[in-house]
Amino acid sequence: MGENGAFIKRAMVIGGGIAGISASIDLGNGGYEVVLVEKLPSIGGRMLQLSETFPTLDCAQCTLTPKTVETGQHPHIKLLTYSEVDSVQGKAGDFRVRIRRKATYVDWEKCTGCGLCQQKCPSKNPSEFDRAMGLGKAIHTLSPQAVPNKPVINPAHCRYFKEKKCRVCEKICPVGAIDYEQQDRFVEERVGAIITAVGFDLIPKESFGEYGYGDIPDVIDGLAFERLNSASGPTTGEIRRPSDGKIPKEVVFIQCTGSRDPERYMPYCSRVCCMYTAKHARLYKHKVHDGQAYIFYMDIRSTGKGYEEFIQQGMEEEGTLYLRGRVSRIFRDGEKIMVWGVDTLTGKKVEISADMVVLATAIVSQRDTKDLAGKLGIKTDEYGFLTEAQRKLRPVETDVEGIYIAGCAQGPKDIADAVAHANAAASKVQGLFARH
Amino acid sequence: MDYLYFPGCTLYTKAKNFDQTARNCSLLLGFELKELKNWTCCGATFPLATDNIMALLPPSRILATAREEGTALTTLCAVCFNVIKRTNRLIKEDGEKRDKINNFIEKNYQGDLQILHYLEILKQNVGFSQLKEKTRKPLAGLKAAAYYGCMLLRPFEEMEFDDKEKPTLFEDFLEALGAKAIEFPYKIECCGSFQSVGSPEVATECAYKILSSALKNGAEAMVSTCPMCTFNIDHKQSDIKQKYSDFKPIPVFYFTQLLGMAMGLDYQTLGFEQNAVDPLPLLKEKGLL
Repeated sequence: MGENGAFIKRAMVIGGGIAGISASIDLGNGGYEVVLVEKLPSIGGRMLQLSETFPTLDCAQCTLTPKTVETGQHPHIKLLTYSEVDSVQGKAGDFRVRIRRKATYVDWEKCTGCGLCQQKCPSKNPSEFDRAMGLGKAIHTLSPQAVPNKPVINPAHCRYFKEKKCRVCEKICPVGAIDYEQQDRFVEERVGAIITAVGFDLIPKESFGEYGYGDIPDVIDGLAFERLNSASGPTTGEIRRPSDGKIPKEVVFIQCTGSRDPERYMPYCSRVCCMYTAKHARLYKHKVHDGQAYIFYMDIRSTGKGYEEFIQQGMEEEGTLYLRGRVSRIFRDGEKIMVWGVDTLTGKKVEISADMVVLATAIVSQRDTKDLAGKLGIKTDEYGFLTEAQRKLRPVETDVEGIYIAGCAQGPKDIADAVAHANAAASKVQGLFARH
Repeated sequence: MDYLYFPGCTLYTKAKNFDQTARNCSLLLGFELKELKNWTCCGATFPLATDNIMALLPPSRILATAREEGTALTTLCAVCFNVIKRTNRLIKEDGEKRDKINNFIEKNYQGDLQILHYLEILKQNVGFSQLKEKTRKPLAGLKAAAYYGCMLLRPFEEMEFDDKEKPTLFEDFLEALGAKAIEFPYKIECCGSFQSVGSPEVATECAYKILSSALKNGAEAMVSTCPMCTFNIDHKQSDIKQKYSDFKPIPVFYFTQLLGMAMGLDYQTLGFEQNAVDPLPLLKEKGLL
């Protein structure tokens, strides 16, 4: 309990993706103070990597940025980015959470976010945010719309940290915000409830030897294709393949890569791939009019509102060619990528000489979700997703009172479902607070 | 050290060169292939029907006899390796089938033999770095395509030979001999197998694709672990040439022939007269004779 034994009506949200942001705004608007903890330098999560979203083809950044800005400016939301939960003690009404604030090597109090350091930084490295297709600087923000718009230095890439020379950012910074001596520090936050919204990852495409082991640069995953489509991406939104920058004229999309494959990978359905692949094919066609998109699928699962219509439109009006069957092998054939598959509706083998291949790789849990669950005392399932208290009737609660889950940390979800889940979690927290 | 050895029918007929070179090389490498007594045909195909016990009897009998003589059984032919290894696993893991089989062959074999392929001995027991040291005439400059075919690898979970989708053991072996192992996408594709009997044009087409893919990637020679594959990709080259006039024939070696060359064996003992595409011009050109 708080100082005088009172139930602390203040919440923590772990994870600043669309689920964490939605829950935070709900709670903040409800009048409760929220501490939002995000491990990356800025909030927005996976959605910020997306180009446009199904089934409306809204620009993801245009719909998300108002939310990230609102979160950043909300009087009730305290943002702790580039931070991770170190330990958790206590119980509902009084959790004491120790948080590691990772060294950014930039004094964010002084930094004005002018961006000069990023322009001048001489160290260019594959950008993780752009799925290693574009180059990022050692001192960087995740995107031009980053909230907070303050950079961090990645010591693994920084010349000063590696070779003890450079210091260009220090020289260029007009307010003297660079601090190479900065250390990780710890802060403690006391909250009455915690929402865990740590999101998902994709199964690495390197897992699929038959698809080229990740050594064919033009075999990319769905998130990489989102980055290619995105105006803030490495090609400023033009569809150009990574190997040589050529515009691909034939693109093969493969659904269920690692999903619904109990023998070798994940037995579950990742739920969003049918839709985002249909979207990818359409976005591709909007940009490359003379191009052809092929989609290998097992079944089409388009159960959301407006989803089936979206799929049908792709087939009927945009010329997406759907082939029901799996792909057995992908290999390089000169400049082309040979795709061998089967069309199980005609029973014929299919060979496509493609320019680029996009794998709709399975959604998996974040590698550190299990570790965090251990700290919180909640359970994960065999795949590392957080376990809810009851599958049907208590989908956002956990076995521990005061700890809730939201979004893809619980299992694969699309944006609409993740937001609904987060809204539900925020409402549960408000209910808990109202009872005390 | 001796290894109990099951040659298989083809190695006594069409692939004598495979058998002989393997035996001769092993002596130079410090082990002997001790031939299993009273062996029979392995059955040549692992039955696809789960209730086809009859087809499992020949390999089971071989296994039971081998167990009386030792704890491991070595094979050279990839097809025999496949049939014997899979039968062994089945006997070990399926108690009901094991009892049925033992009743038929009047033995009591439990599936506890270790089934080895000669390449595995070279990798695990000799070691490729040791092998490299023992080569007297490295195959410098020879661009060779390691052709695995299906039988060494599939089904992956039963054969457990190497990485299922991108094996490298065979290439590592060729590199140890001093050759340059080239990568080509058809290295684990089917050679057409027994289609060469019923639908020869199918097998010819398979072989053509494999060979032209290797040639396109710079191969000067193919290397095989299997008499079946060799029949399709070596002996069928005359058929390919008839169909595709611009096809350039390419010699196909058994891996033990190249091992023999690298170990310094006289090329006249390597049985090149049994190879369909004469490898001597290539070897001369490369200065390897």
